[in-house]
Amino acid sequence: MNNIVTTINLAYVVAAALFILGLKLLSHPDTAKKGNFISAVGMLIAVVITLLDQQIISYHFILLGFVIGGAYGAWKAKTVEMTSMPEMVSLFNGFGGAASLLLGWATLSSMSMMVLNTASVFTFLTLFFTILVGGVTFSGSVIAWGKLSGKLSSKAVIFIGLRELSIFHLIAMVGIGYLFATDPANTLWLYCAIALALSFGLLATISIGGADMPVVIALLNSYSGIAASAAGLATGNTILIVTGLLVGASGLILTNIMCKAMNRSLMNVLLSGFSTPVEAGEKIEGEIKVLAAQDAFYVLEAAQAVLVVPGYGMAVAQAQHAVRELQSLLEENGCTVDYAIHAVAGRMPGHMNVLLAEADVPYDQLYEMDDVNPRMENYDVVIVIGANDVVNPAAKEMKGSPIYGMPVIEAYRAKTVFVLKRSANAGFAGVDNPLFFKENTRMVLGDAKETINSIIREFGDD
Amino acid sequence: MEIIYLLFIVVLAGFLGFELIRKVPATLHTPLMSGSNAISGITLVGALVASGSDNSILTTVLGTVAVALASINVVGGYLVTDRMLSMFKKKNK
Repeated sequence: MNNIVTTINLAYVVAAALFILGLKLLSHPDTAKKGNFISAVGMLIAVVITLLDQQIISYHFILLGFVIGGAYGAWKAKTVEMTSMPEMVSLFNGFGGAASLLLGWATLSSMSMMVLNTASVFTFLTLFFTILVGGVTFSGSVIAWGKLSGKLSSKAVIFIGLRELSIFHLIAMVGIGYLFATDPANTLWLYCAIALALSFGLLATISIGGADMPVVIALLNSYSGIAASAAGLATGNTILIVTGLLVGASGLILTNIMCKAMNRSLMNVLLSGFSTPVEAGEKIEGEIKVLAAQDAFYVLEAAQAVLVVPGYGMAVAQAQHAVRELQSLLEENGCTVDYAIHAVAGRMPGHMNVLLAEADVPYDQLYEMDDVNPRMENYDVVIVIGANDVVNPAAKEMKGSPIYGMPVIEAYRAKTVFVLKRSANAGFAGVDNPLFFKENTRMVLGDAKETINSIIREFGDD
Repeated sequence: MEIIYLLFIVVLAGFLGFELIRKVPATLHTPLMSGSNAISGITLVGALVASGSDNSILTTVLGTVAVALASINVVGGYLVTDRMLSMFKKKNK
């Protein structure tokens, strides 16, 4: 090893340590910003030191790529709406996957005939794996992005033969992988691998419905890291291996948390498109009681403790700022306001927390489901905003329900429940919600933001 | 031996990742994801060599596009994470 190679590798060790430290600091909101900065410093060191690499003889194309990519990234980061974070993260997952795919391809195309004949099978297998995971991540993320941004229908697309087609893909991947590793000089196998990866990513994501998107984004996030790590194995670059795996682990943990929050296995989510919906076993008895916003105000004015349960509908209605204003008015009135956030509320892990943070709601007023359920009886009013399945008592009461067994926020145990909703229709899971029919539930129908604003006006008139 | 050494790194880094991320609270899951978007842009390091070496046109083009895509992740990922984390505030008493 010459001096430059040693220097580069030493700098990589420093960069890896900074990434690890950065992730460690991310475990608390007070230190998270610093952690992100330290991680960015690690990245800067890794990138700058790599430019010393003696194989690099021209900087024109590097600069071109970096300026275009960096400018687009910076613009996107500055302008994206907080409600659109799920789309942006899945688009970025896709870019990460595509970058790994292209890096794998470039590594292969830079090999001379001699290298192609002498390199180990391990190298070609890892290259194949890089291209495969990178391609699946890319096409899967693009579909997820399309569904989240409304460019594609968020419904699960299912057609006859989908399962057979997927199984065919998996078998073909093994076959092509073997051919690729034993005959790497033939570019046909490379193109087959790319095509297979892209179409498999498309198939796997198109059959997943809107409400399962948090799981899909977390999983694709993990894949983008695994692809980077595989590229590191193929090129013998340790910083790629280590860093890629940190991301891979992060995505897997989030995927696991999302699955647990829905009481489903990962396989069940990924294959949900193949199963037929369960017929509801029982009919729900009772009638819906509608309440006008003005009357909701009188109840809230007398309340001592209020709990807000937000869902994706709050993001759609952009109601977070109105909610925050209502919170201030209630607190001036001597009432305590808490927020309960279900792990799968919204379209990505932590989505509601970011929206509320944007509206200046302090993070120590946000609670997880397990924190609020034991003291649910103490709340005078629970306001459910644009959430449905995460407060659905059918998960506890109705054995035939598709969401039976899912842990939910037990809003129905509070003294009064206000459900702010456009209409009394079923949620994304397509399940009727017995909460709407409970004795202590009042439906406040209409746009969530409008409803809250008219309650706020009542406070003003008072 | 080389392969064993690489697999060693894989196992250790995997376990380290799980231990680190498990401690991140639910409130920070979205910044964690955008932050890991940024970190997965580490592919940039590999792409730089592919883009700048004296290789065929194909390799240079593939490398340059990879540099651009990874740069989006690095620059965009860190900036948007920073923007989000700036919004998280404690209750001021």
